Amino acid sequence: MPEPMSRREERTDAAPPPFLMGRGPGGGPGGGPGAHFMRQVEHAKNPRGTVARLWGYLRHQKWALIFTALAVIATTGLNLAGPYLLGQAIDKHILVGDLPGLIRICLLMLAVYALISLLTWFQTYIMAAAAQRAVAEIRNDLFEHEQTLSLRFFDQRAHGDLMSRLTNDVENVSMVLAQSVTQLVSGFLSLVGVGAVMLLLNWRLALVTLLTIPVMMLFLTRWVGGRTRTGFRQQQKALGKLNGIIEETITGQRVVKAYNREQAVMADFDFANCELRQAATRAQTFSGFIGPMMNFVNNLGLAIVAGVGGWMTLGGLATVGTIASFINYARQFGRPLNEIASLYNTIQSAVAGAERVFETIDEQPDLTDAPNARPLADIRGEVTFEDVDFGYVPGVPVLKQVSLHARPGQVVALVGPTGAGKTTIVNLLTRFYDIQAGRICIDGQDIRQVQMADLRRQLGIVLQDTFLFTGTVMDNIRYGRLDATDDEVFAAARLANADTFIHRLPHGYQTPLSERAGNLSQGQRQLLAIARAILANPSILVLDEATSSVDTRTEKHIQEAMLRLMQGRTSFVIAHRLSTIRNADQILVINHGEIIERGTHETLLAQGGFYHHLYNSQFRANGKGNGRERGNGREGEWAPAATVMTPA
Amino acid sequence: MHAMRKLGTYLRPYRHWAILAPLLMMLEVVMDLMQPRLIQRIVDQGLANGDMPLIINTGLLMIGLAAFGLLGGGGCVVFSVLASQGFGADLRGTLFGKIQSLSFGNLDKLETGRLITRLTNDVTQVQDLVMMGLRIMVRAPLLMVGSLIMAILTSPTLALLFILLVPLVTAAIVWVINKSYPMFSEVQRRLDAVNTVMQENLAGVRVVKAFVREAHEIGRFHGANTRLMDQNITAAQTLALNMPTVMLIMNVGVVAAIWLGGVQVTAGGMHVGQVIAFINYLTQTLFSIMMVSMMTMRISRSAASAERIQEVLDSKPEVVNKPDALKAFAPQGRIAFEDVSFSYDGADADPVLKNVSFVAEPGQTVALLGATGAGKSSLIHLIPRFYDVTEGRVTIDGMDIRDIDETALRGKIGIALQESVLFSGTIRDNIRYGRPDAPDDEVIAAAKLAQAHDFIMSFPDGYDAIVGQRGVNLSGGQKQRLAIARALLTQPTVLILDDSTSSVDVETEARLQEALAASQPGRARPTNGNGRNGDHSDDFSRPTGPEATEVAATNASSVVRRPSSSRTSLIVAQRISTVLTADKILVLDNGRIVAEGTHAELMESSPIYREIYESQMER
Repeated sequence: MPEPMSRREERTDAAPPPFLMGRGPGGGPGGGPGAHFMRQVEHAKNPRGTVARLWGYLRHQKWALIFTALAVIATTGLNLAGPYLLGQAIDKHILVGDLPGLIRICLLMLAVYALISLLTWFQTYIMAAAAQRAVAEIRNDLFEHEQTLSLRFFDQRAHGDLMSRLTNDVENVSMVLAQSVTQLVSGFLSLVGVGAVMLLLNWRLALVTLLTIPVMMLFLTRWVGGRTRTGFRQQQKALGKLNGIIEETITGQRVVKAYNREQAVMADFDFANCELRQAATRAQTFSGFIGPMMNFVNNLGLAIVAGVGGWMTLGGLATVGTIASFINYARQFGRPLNEIASLYNTIQSAVAGAERVFETIDEQPDLTDAPNARPLADIRGEVTFEDVDFGYVPGVPVLKQVSLHARPGQVVALVGPTGAGKTTIVNLLTRFYDIQAGRICIDGQDIRQVQMADLRRQLGIVLQDTFLFTGTVMDNIRYGRLDATDDEVFAAARLANADTFIHRLPHGYQTPLSERAGNLSQGQRQLLAIARAILANPSILVLDEATSSVDTRTEKHIQEAMLRLMQGRTSFVIAHRLSTIRNADQILVINHGEIIERGTHETLLAQGGFYHHLYNSQFRANGKGNGRERGNGREGEWAPAATVMTPA
Repeated sequence: MHAMRKLGTYLRPYRHWAILAPLLMMLEVVMDLMQPRLIQRIVDQGLANGDMPLIINTGLLMIGLAAFGLLGGGGCVVFSVLASQGFGADLRGTLFGKIQSLSFGNLDKLETGRLITRLTNDVTQVQDLVMMGLRIMVRAPLLMVGSLIMAILTSPTLALLFILLVPLVTAAIVWVINKSYPMFSEVQRRLDAVNTVMQENLAGVRVVKAFVREAHEIGRFHGANTRLMDQNITAAQTLALNMPTVMLIMNVGVVAAIWLGGVQVTAGGMHVGQVIAFINYLTQTLFSIMMVSMMTMRISRSAASAERIQEVLDSKPEVVNKPDALKAFAPQGRIAFEDVSFSYDGADADPVLKNVSFVAEPGQTVALLGATGAGKSSLIHLIPRFYDVTEGRVTIDGMDIRDIDETALRGKIGIALQESVLFSGTIRDNIRYGRPDAPDDEVIAAAKLAQAHDFIMSFPDGYDAIVGQRGVNLSGGQKQRLAIARALLTQPTVLILDDSTSSVDVETEARLQEALAASQPGRARPTNGNGRNGDHSDDFSRPTGPEATEVAATNASSVVRRPSSSRTSLIVAQRISTVLTADKILVLDNGRIVAEGTHAELMESSPIYREIYESQMER
């Protein structure tokens, strides 16, 4: 008699501890907070196709699946045998007083139960491995595929969302694969099996039982289910609103305090909190009713089996053993029904999650190598833009008719106000995005006709905001060329003026850095980026000069290092420093997505145009020209030159 | 555990419900426990004696008791939900309110991301635990003890089996949990590693692509992913032992009961119904043990949440109002630092500011210059009392700011912080943040001053454009200008710009500076004191005595130098072009003021200033 009197316990917390489940990205803030609160049932758009693809991942574990299937069938059958043997033991042996027979049947029962446990364990054991392998494969596929996607894809999606696909969604799928599927299968098998055995044992009692229990159960779940669904929907909405307020307020907590907004913010919060409380109370109450109701139906089943069974026994239509068996069968029948109902929701959510994962995997890379893409090696470094048009979003042009020509080894300074399109030019050269019209060529070859990897290998980029990976300083420099020897790394660091500060770090080159690298200043991080680029030894360079937050000494180091780096390479510099601009072979002045002026420092100054104004507003205090600019800080100091040049 | 007990006080307002729920649960459990006994009666008395009315009556009684149980169970649900939701909402509210009362120093220590997790995840964890606690955590032990008692009552001899079974089941469960628990912690660690690779890959996507390191990244990911998979498999396979083992022990017990019971029945010492009932109680007891074990694991996890919440609730605001703090306050805006030292971690730690003294006269613009980490932001954060000084004092109009009510003080100060945080809502709402009742024309005036009007008007919805994920995308420079407009709209006596034009291009910044200079309220409205239109009520409480005369004196002196006296501005800057026009430039190095003066004076006297100047301006 393997079934306890009440089955409620199983439902409540018998699943493996929830810490199995993945944590949201970055500690949660960005990634769907409250998802843990209660699982909302989502529906997949194309469940059939998604399930088929999930199946595809499992197929690699064919033997595991076959074995699990056999084990599930066997355990279901053996589970049916248990109560039957109990009934037999009572009717044929205990009531008759056949002790040797009782021993035999007891041994048989022991064997059956041992086999059930063994098979259950084996099946869980094997399925756990199979499911985890499949999930690891899905994760790998997802990650690998994301590597082929262009920046446009990453621009359009919130990182939190992509992260949650990799963690939560995949984890949901794994839970379902590991447990729910076998549960579902064994549930269905039990239903059929129990029904059949009950009918065989005593069809009259079976009919009475089967007509009451499932019908009651369906009725109750439907009644509760409808109310629960709407309740949860409202709760989810209220929760989302509250979490939004929390996230925003805490993130901006310093501003809240600076502007004395604590009271106002708390009023907003209290309102949303109260709304959530009401919605949650409703939802939780209705969903909580399921437990006592199932319990009631179970007890009702017991009463029917015992009462009706007893009445039938007296009439000779049943036996005591049958009642004992039926008590168990009735419960075995009720349980899968309940389970299937809740599994259905779990599986729905998982399939919806899997669909999101596959959606990403199916994302077509919009930047691919042309079928006949040529390799690109040993280039001279000549860069041309011919009438390039580009916009990140269709209909919003960012660059218009941009043409430029950089000869090998030249330094090209890009100058202009923020948002003018300087960074965009760089993004196009590296083919992070494809242009809408015109042509970009390196050494006369359209960059769309060469292999992307080759193209980027020829390009070195040092951005203002240096990204560092988890790992040591050494690892981070070596990112520029993975096969570089230690000595090459040291040499690059020396050339980048990074050597000195690295030696001052607690573990030198072996100092671990974290993503945000709190232990390094922005300037130091940029020095590392320069070292990285030196190590990569590109033919064409793209540099973004830092605008702020770098102290004077580091700034000097950076400048020196950049000069060294630019030696003998074609360089594009998003310039903020006058020295860089002055020494450039050509200056491109960009405004509103167009190159409005080009030339050298002297010729541009002589033109008296935009650059001239820009120069004046930015560097006007450098001593030449009228004495007013040297002034010591009275109003009127802000020369009209600056205002005149308001971009038209 | 201690933290959990402390949080228990939040349950006090709902104690009636919290007491009712377990009582009702007890009703349900008792009703459940009666059922096997009644079956036994049907079998042993009804069937044995052929007593039809007894069978029917007992059957009806069973249904009646089940209905009673349903009532108890349902009632328990209702009250446990009421109690736990009330508890959760109160706790969340208290926690949120607590965070509002904390000062910057606390926030630095607690970290934004973790605070959010506490308010969302941790509160829910604890709240769920309360709900569970009032239901299953009552039910399982009750059922366990109840079944045990009923089993003993049903058959004292068979109950001897428990002496063997209970320790066995407990041992098996404890063994599996002890073995798998550390495994799952390891799973979590490895999952974090996978997440880290992914997160870095997303954040550094440009670097990855620029260096053509996709293959390298994939390799890194495969490694982390495989390690995670291996651990997941090990942990799941260990846990897979749990159910089958417990089931086996239980079923062995069942078989033993059948055999022993069978022997007794044959010997006439027992009835069949007793055996059936006993078996039911037996399985019930053993299953309850498993439930209790799972609950313990849950409680230990929630305990961690409770501790994290308690940590926030326990933290004391570092900046607090004095009981007699001045509430009404209308300063002229003379700010003085008197020998101020400051460290983020109290007196023992390395000071960030050392013996800083300077004066900003009403209407003056004081600029702060220096390398990263020199202490510029720390210095200006002391003025609105985001932090309290460690030594020395900061005064406004001669009054120690610690004697002024925080709200009153900050009401006079407009500050644009280094990172410009905007809130969801329209642009108008954001500018109005510090003064929600400001009329539209003032909002527009502030935006124009901050050089934000033009770009705002370039949005289709203008000032009603929604900011944030679903709305317009603002560049860093645009956000900064909105933050400045927000600060200006409060018509502050003291304006603080903390490197808040770093992303604004030089030319726009120049226009902004000019507009700010031209807008000095004193100049536009020559006599109107502090230029705040909103609340005149506090104008009456001007300090009297020595401070007042001092204020008057400085006023006079500043009038000589410039025809305005209304808005004292403190500007932190990286670019030297930003500070050229300041009345006073403070050069900070390593927490000390190393030079002070106008641009011209500093060019003469300060080598450090010259070095900065030359590096940015070129000779």
